[in-house]
Amino acid sequence: MIRIASIAALLTSVAALPLVAQEAAPDAGLSVDVAPQIGPAAEDEGGPLRIEITDGVVEPLAIAIAPFHGDGLAAEVQSVVEADLTGTGLFRSIDDDAFLETRDRFDAPVGYEKWKAINAQALVTGDVSATETEVTVRFRLFDIFSGQALGDGMQFVTARDDWRRAAHKMADQIYARLTGEAPYFDSRVAFIQETGPKDARLKRLGIMDYDGANIAWLTGDEALVLAPRFAPDGKSILYTSFESGFPQIRVMDVESVTSRPLTEASDTMAFSPRYSPDGKWIVYSQDKAGNSDIWQMEPATGTARPLIASPAIETSPDYSPDGTQIVFESDRSGSPQLYVAPADGSGEPVRISFGEGRYGTPAWSPNGDRIAFTRQEGESFHIGVMRADGSEETMLTESFLDEGPTWAPNGRVVMFTRVTPGGDGEPRLHSVDITGRNMRPLDLDFAASDPAWGPLLP
Amino acid sequence: MKETGVKMITRHGRAATLALLLAAGGLSACAPTQQLPRQVSDPYANAGGVAIYQGNLPGGSLGGSASAEYFRTVVGDTVLFTADQTTLSAEARTRLAAQAQWLINNTAFNARVEGHADEKGTREYNLALGARRASAVQEYLVAQGVEAGRIRTNTFGKERPLEVCSTEVCFAQNRRAQTIVEPAAGAAPPVPDATTPGAGV
Repeated sequence: MIRIASIAALLTSVAALPLVAQEAAPDAGLSVDVAPQIGPAAEDEGGPLRIEITDGVVEPLAIAIAPFHGDGLAAEVQSVVEADLTGTGLFRSIDDDAFLETRDRFDAPVGYEKWKAINAQALVTGDVSATETEVTVRFRLFDIFSGQALGDGMQFVTARDDWRRAAHKMADQIYARLTGEAPYFDSRVAFIQETGPKDARLKRLGIMDYDGANIAWLTGDEALVLAPRFAPDGKSILYTSFESGFPQIRVMDVESVTSRPLTEASDTMAFSPRYSPDGKWIVYSQDKAGNSDIWQMEPATGTARPLIASPAIETSPDYSPDGTQIVFESDRSGSPQLYVAPADGSGEPVRISFGEGRYGTPAWSPNGDRIAFTRQEGESFHIGVMRADGSEETMLTESFLDEGPTWAPNGRVVMFTRVTPGGDGEPRLHSVDITGRNMRPLDLDFAASDPAWGPLLP
Repeated sequence: MKETGVKMITRHGRAATLALLLAAGGLSACAPTQQLPRQVSDPYANAGGVAIYQGNLPGGSLGGSASAEYFRTVVGDTVLFTADQTTLSAEARTRLAAQAQWLINNTAFNARVEGHADEKGTREYNLALGARRASAVQEYLVAQGVEAGRIRTNTFGKERPLEVCSTEVCFAQNRRAQTIVEPAAGAAPPVPDATTPGAGV
């Protein structure tokens, strides 16, 4: 049910376009970077249509998504593409009623003037054909003001059940071409569903598409489960489980939905596990006699050793994306703060958080340039980001209780848990981009916490 | 004297009640009594006639002190902590001394200490904090003479609040360590009535 079907991607030949450098997709499926910059754009700077995320865009870019051609799933695919793009807050979809051009087929020429007249910056056209077993989607993207296609058209084939993935792949291409950033829509999120009263909460581990679709459950709710983390390849998930009655770390194989314990010593408790970027190691917090330290383990062999130890609490470790450093939380200074240390345990940890309050759950961005964290100050919690040296600290959110940021695969969005106060308070998943814009709850009809964003799917 | 009568009923239960009924029957039937030899002394003559109800017994049964229920309700199983702290207050130490004494007296039981935190903290830090609170309790019990091997610690962080409101009133109740006693593996649970007659009355 949660098997990842491979998606075949084909570059279609587009007659009207010069065939520009076809960036060959790597072996591991489709991983197209940015579309080649083609032709002069009509904008002032003369460059191609491009929206800069880091500028803190206030006005979303107006795009027109012409009604997709084809049968069956055309409308559904289009709505997923549209939701992906507008959900970023960077794009605004122009209402169909305003369209001046009626396109009778996918390959019809584009009347740029008619799209320019309604102030569309970009035009997306699409075509969907479905059989009982397969879905084929095609799209093209046009820069209206330069009067040219923005990159080649593309075609994706997927199993019919995975049609949403084809839609996400299409939206990813459009996003990447218009922002210059790596994509993230075709990805999944592990999370914890919460049910029942606050003092007897039931929790179970789930997995879903980044937008909340295709939910699958990986555990029952017999034992408390907490804080999952994806392996770099997305094929397994680390989490903390009370299956033994005590917090211990387990690893779940996503495809077979089978799990096994990684820690089970009777005199210790273990939690906060994270994979190394190469997937060969995990770091985690292990408590013995009331003292939690950071340990490192090779899951394949079970070999473990203490990595960062002090009489204080050390927890919530995370690797830098190059695997050379670890950021973690320690209260050695008297309150929980963030520290960075070499990943091999050598050298003294360096404190990087110095603001008011308490810091926790650091998460290193996939790009390596930022660390997201939870900050508790007075009566409020924030999700914030800072440079790896602690500079440029910025708060993205504020509420009664926000915690546990996780990065989108492209490092431009973080998802986190927001908990409402009171006896009937419950957690919901939210996301926000790294400029603090576009705060939004995930569209789920149940309480959920502890999101963990997985890698971009192949 | 009334008090004596009540005690006899409670201590000896059914037998005493039966004796009372027989005695009452003997007094009410006129003819047969004349044929029986007159009693030298009636042991119930001064008992006041009927039993006086004076309330239920603790726990609804003749429970002894050697029960998890007694530990929970009479000794007290929970100690509280101030925000972010794992040090034991004077009040907590008094209660833990009583817990330790109970554990020393009841070697058929082992203890599990569960540490908890309020919701104002991250999930993972609070797991570590709960573990530290549980260990603070364990260390104190050991210092009072309980064998370390009889106590295991656990942490639930902020996952199992006792009170659900989001104000300090509830937070204060949730920053806690709870000692749960269970019959040690292999040890038969003691029979309260047999080992500690009368205790708990």
